[in-house]
Amino acid sequence: MLDIKNLHAAVEGNAILKGINLTVKPGEVHAIMGPNGSGKSSLASVLAGRESYEVTEGSVDFLGKDLLDMSPEVRAREGLFLAFQYPVEIPGVSNINFLKTAVNEIRAYHGQPPMQAKAFLDMLKSKQKLMEFDANLMNRSLNEGFSGGEKKRNDVFQMAMLEPKLAIMDETDSGLDIDALRIVSAGVNKLRSKDNAFIIITHYQRLLEYIVPDFVHVLYNGRIVKSGTKELALELEEKGYDWLKEDIRLEEPVQ
Amino acid sequence: MTTVTRNISFNEALPALVSAQFSANGWFDGREAALQQFLALGGIPTVKTEDWKYTNVVSFFKNDLQVTLPEVPEVTAAQLEATGLVLPDTFRLVLVNGVLQPHLSQLPPASQVTISKLSEAGSQPAVELYFNQSPRIGEHHFAQLNAALFNDGLFIEVKAKAQVELPIQIIHLYAAGQARLFNPRHLVVVNEGAALQIIESAAGLGLADKVVINSVMESVVAERAQFSQYQLQTGGNNLRIINQNLVEQKGKSVYNNYTFTLTESEFVRNNLNISLDEERTETHMYGFYIAAGGQLIDNHTSVDHRMPNCESNELYRGVLMDKSTGVFNGKIYVHEDAQKTNAFQQNNNLVISPDATIFTKPQLEIFADDVKCSHGCTIGQVSEDALFYLRARGIGEAEARNLLVKAFAFDITAKVNIPAVRKQVEQLASQYLNA
Ligand SMILES: Nc1ncnc2c1ncn2[C@@H]1O[C@H](COP(=O)(O)OP(=O)(O)O)[C@@H](O)[C@H]1O
Ligand SMILES: [Mg+2]
Repeated sequence: MLDIKNLHAAVEGNAILKGINLTVKPGEVHAIMGPNGSGKSSLASVLAGRESYEVTEGSVDFLGKDLLDMSPEVRAREGLFLAFQYPVEIPGVSNINFLKTAVNEIRAYHGQPPMQAKAFLDMLKSKQKLMEFDANLMNRSLNEGFSGGEKKRNDVFQMAMLEPKLAIMDETDSGLDIDALRIVSAGVNKLRSKDNAFIIITHYQRLLEYIVPDFVHVLYNGRIVKSGTKELALELEEKGYDWLKEDIRLEEPVQ
Repeated sequence: MTTVTRNISFNEALPALVSAQFSANGWFDGREAALQQFLALGGIPTVKTEDWKYTNVVSFFKNDLQVTLPEVPEVTAAQLEATGLVLPDTFRLVLVNGVLQPHLSQLPPASQVTISKLSEAGSQPAVELYFNQSPRIGEHHFAQLNAALFNDGLFIEVKAKAQVELPIQIIHLYAAGQARLFNPRHLVVVNEGAALQIIESAAGLGLADKVVINSVMESVVAERAQFSQYQLQTGGNNLRIINQNLVEQKGKSVYNNYTFTLTESEFVRNNLNISLDEERTETHMYGFYIAAGGQLIDNHTSVDHRMPNCESNELYRGVLMDKSTGVFNGKIYVHEDAQKTNAFQQNNNLVISPDATIFTKPQLEIFADDVKCSHGCTIGQVSEDALFYLRARGIGEAEARNLLVKAFAFDITAKVNIPAVRKQVEQLASQYLNA
């Protein structure tokens, strides 16, 4: 589904991603962990198409197409979804209108007619139930005045509505209390299928107890320095990242 | 001598015009003094005049501009309907070239409101008390010009405690065969404890050439009275609008002004001056403008906090497109006695074309020490983060920009309390933003 090869990216001339390799197959859940500033959100941004990042080397294949060649909106329409670490507040754009526009633009891209009002509302209701999402938030402006947790949950709710093939969740767990974490995880688990995949960026093992990953990767200094199974997450929780940093320093080629 | 010709300047031609045409007209005996004050201020302001620095009107007052008393052509109900301005659920006053047309109007009950032509209101005590008396009126070139040249307008007086149930829509229609200067003049008095809402709309009727509308409205909001004024500047492309609104508020009164400039007119200049004469008043000023093409839209506002415990709150927003120019100047004077003043001002501009320009200037002068004042102005494009967020959900770039610009606009239109007005403004805003 997703094939990242030797991906390098820079912001304002500073190299941030320095050769990422990652393959994600349908049905898989990958977790990406790593210390602050290691490039996790940058990877998510590059995949979603944020224009401030310049890809300097490498390739990304998404469902047989060149992802890097697509605008952000086309990536979304092709089935990529990013749940933001910091969802944006947009006063004056109502949550519900925004969702309707998004759903219908994606449908138009696939040659489908706009959804009928009734069908849209039915879908809205069923996803609200699935994600246990507060219906009162729907009529408000997009994320305006939402608490940190409400914003995260709104992003995950959008994910449920848009039914992406690949969802990247950037620190969705930070800002969620334990109950919300459980609800969001349960929602994600219900969305999992053999046809879709998730990349979950997190600092904490806790989330991975609810959404059990097939693979865990450690991103450090713009590179994936270690990959393993869910046990790796436990090990990281126990020992922190310092032991890794030492290992890596030994592996760095002498300049 | 009825027009300003190519060889004589407007300022030079004016004294002869006034004495020939206007001096014997009506009950107002201040025309000569107004003319002298206009000339003392320098006549038509040039860009050397501080308040007209970015707004050059000199060319409007040349080339055979007619300044005579205007004729008033017959206007039919069908013509009125065709303007598209008529709002449902309102009382209605229709003026043609400044003169009230009773056959097109629907007046509120006389037990609540006195309405007459200003030309026939000379004996009203309120006219005696308030006409041409607004503080700062002497500073306004165009208000002085208006006092020298006006022929008619409206006198509206709401009786004490009367709660006028429906808004009064005032539709100003202008008809002329050639370039012409109109000077409509109005006085609104809302007496103690009364409540009034007015909605003003304007349009040209088959104008063959550009006309200048130099309008003055003075309003007095008496103790505990409430007055809301909506100005829907949506008229067609042959109007050049210079608009003076001078408001005096007495103790515990509330005044709301909404100025929406969504027009094809190439030029609009609004002067809104509010004087808070007594304690515990409340004032809200909302403005929204969209400028496109080569339009110039200029809003100058001032609030005089003269007494303690008054609150004023101002929010103006604009979208500048194409090669348009916007000007915002917001003055707040907190006089020495005006302790415990709360004064807030905000002007936000979205500049969505590299060729558009905005000049924005907050001007606070504070002479009391126990006050809360804040002001801010922003000039920007749509937020890149917001744009990316929408695009990352599959919404195309053009549509995403459109959503964000509308969001910026609708934040203000949401303050409108009259549904029909809000609908009209939002429709127009959408129409201009989609163009
Ligand atoms: N716009 C930017 N300009 C310059 N540096 C940036 C920018 N965005 C991110 N960075 C840098 O890129 C590195 C990786 O950041 P980020 O991807 O947010 O890390 P993480 O999500 O792993 O905490 C950091 O050193 C950060 O300072
Ligand atoms: Mg991050």
